[in-house]
Amino acid sequence: MIRRLTAVFVALFFATPVMGQNVSGPAKARATTPEIPFDSAPNFLKLPPGLYMGEGTGVATNSKGHVFAFTRSGETRLFEFDQNGTFVKEFGVGSYGFAFAHAVRVDKDDNIWAVDEGTNVIQKFSPDGKLLMVLGKRPDPLEQVTTMPGGGQYSGANRPYSFHRPTDIAWDPQGNIFISDGYGDSRVVKYDKNGRFVKSVGTRGNGPLQFSTPHAIAVDGKGLVYVADRGNSRMVVLDNDLNQKAVWDTIGAPWAVCISQGPHQYIYSSNSFPTGNNFDQASMTGEIYKMELDGTVLGRFGKAGHGSKEFSAVHQMDCRNADEMYLAEITQWRVQKITLHPQTTRATGGR
Amino acid sequence: MKRIITFMVAAAAVAVGGSLVAQSVPEINYDANADLISLPSYGEVAGVATNSRGNVFVYARTGHAVATLGDERTFYHGGSRLFQFDQNGKFVKEIGQGVYAINFAQQVRVDPQDNIWVVDSGSNSVVKFDPDGRFLLVLGRKGENIGVRPGAGVPASVPDAAARGAGPEGGRGGGGGRGGSGNPGAGINGDSFNRPSDVTWDRAGNVYVADGFGTNNRIAKFTKEGNFVKTFGHTGSGTGQFNQIRGIAADAAGNIYVADAGNKRIQVFDGEGTFKSQIANVGTPQAICVSGGSSQYLYASNSNDPESMDHGEIYKLQLSGQIVGKFGKAGKLPKEFGMVNAIDCRTENDLWVGEVWNWRAQKVTLKK
Repeated sequence: MIRRLTAVFVALFFATPVMGQNVSGPAKARATTPEIPFDSAPNFLKLPPGLYMGEGTGVATNSKGHVFAFTRSGETRLFEFDQNGTFVKEFGVGSYGFAFAHAVRVDKDDNIWAVDEGTNVIQKFSPDGKLLMVLGKRPDPLEQVTTMPGGGQYSGANRPYSFHRPTDIAWDPQGNIFISDGYGDSRVVKYDKNGRFVKSVGTRGNGPLQFSTPHAIAVDGKGLVYVADRGNSRMVVLDNDLNQKAVWDTIGAPWAVCISQGPHQYIYSSNSFPTGNNFDQASMTGEIYKMELDGTVLGRFGKAGHGSKEFSAVHQMDCRNADEMYLAEITQWRVQKITLHPQTTRATGGR
Repeated sequence: MKRIITFMVAAAAVAVGGSLVAQSVPEINYDANADLISLPSYGEVAGVATNSRGNVFVYARTGHAVATLGDERTFYHGGSRLFQFDQNGKFVKEIGQGVYAINFAQQVRVDPQDNIWVVDSGSNSVVKFDPDGRFLLVLGRKGENIGVRPGAGVPASVPDAAARGAGPEGGRGGGGGRGGSGNPGAGINGDSFNRPSDVTWDRAGNVYVADGFGTNNRIAKFTKEGNFVKTFGHTGSGTGQFNQIRGIAADAAGNIYVADAGNKRIQVFDGEGTFKSQIANVGTPQAICVSGGSSQYLYASNSNDPESMDHGEIYKLQLSGQIVGKFGKAGKLPKEFGMVNAIDCRTENDLWVGEVWNWRAQKVTLKK
């Protein structure tokens, strides 16, 4: 009987057309990793009357502490709030490049980059909201009315200047641009700071330099590239020329990744509670890991759920300050501000 | 021996990919201002044009085209907007909000009387507005039904029929413009456009529609009242044949210049459609323009394709086809060009360039 039920559940799972949500068990590091105490201010962002958050897919801060929320509302919209959570303005109202938000990042010059997986377009905005650069090309709707492609599944097209459901963006200290692309391709693309194609690596799979839904990306101060290979439940570390350097496979499925600033950088990875709201998975997902850049696990925090201090499909994280984080959640329409109180920085050998 | 040397020179020319030609074309110095106008709603700039007062009109693909559901047939609208700016780049107003044919921006041009013409390749329509933005004339017709991606379980043959716009008349798009009933490229009559790309006028006010980059591959001529006169051109690569027409322009003598992009040439005709000459050393002309004034010049953009930063230069030519010089290259920085789809050249040295890749219109000033 149990076996039959299991078979039914397995069949149900594979019938779900969502990639990268396979949860086969808790992350290997979970049991051995100490918990980090923290507080949460879940209603930190104050929207004016008539404006609503939708699915919180993107969050980032600038050097002044302003918070940018990229949300799938009635339309996909990009909001700016100040450091106190007060609404400041909206970016790119009615833009051709907003259809299905995925991620927002702020570069070292405080420009705001919005990654949209609906239009396959990445927009660079100045702090005052002016469009500075466009990466990618939205498929002409004209083409789609007669030759509609499939549902955005993996194609491996690997085109130099077009994306297929891109997921995230990061920069090295020289301003080179790194893009995780994404659902329809399985690759990392590098451009120079002027948007000129340099190279791309990756095909779909679980071998070296292969990815299964590279869902987020971050670059550290030395220019190393960290790819959240969500479907393979691993973090893949690349050098600046996109050669593979390391694989971390003890931290569950990395949905979101961020690296703190300052002389001692930390990397955070979220083994998010999947979007299906399947609470069978709640006990083995939801936590966020704090690590050294060499992959040493320092601690974890949070658990799956809709409540305060609980995390409901964390989709993007900002950790400009290592102990003050913003979390965008899909299945609870919010951005949580959390403050970590790390008790120890002692490495625990969680790798 | 002489023959061998000739052969080697030819081989060398092939090996460098024709750059010998490029080297012989002088570079024109220029300034570009990418910041003069800022779109109220960001998107791909398909068309840019000026009127006699220096006002700038931008036809952009912005927002989203929307397909209605719960209707007798799937219908598609919106997705582009027409903006007007003054000569200093200040936003003046939007024109054509909610207009039936505003769908997928392809081009905007201003005629000698300052009327504003938009060419829309989604609705297969050409719409004329007066200088204040009031509707005057429409050529072509939007399909009544537009196939969209079929749902799961729809037999494979059905979406194919839907994609051709099978309308209530059991034909194509209910008479609306998915190319009419003629065979592809058959030089069909009337105004059943298939992805029209541009419009121009002769001195008498006759209208010439570039039709286009779909299957028609012809020029359709209308009176100034909008009544059909004649059509010329077929699909093909021979004289008077076209493969993807991307632009059209007329000079003061009434000669018609057609950007025959797929054949990498500009063909020149008289107003009756009689072939006169061709210009075939300017790459793939994706946008063209004939300047105003007593001494006219032809401009043609060898725009980059969406997957490269190759080419992108704009050529300046005598009307005879002799190249004067070139300027610019493909890229995303200010002063670079990304998939140029429109050139406005009211005077010889003051141009506006509209870019699909970089979502902007740049004011370009050529220097002596």
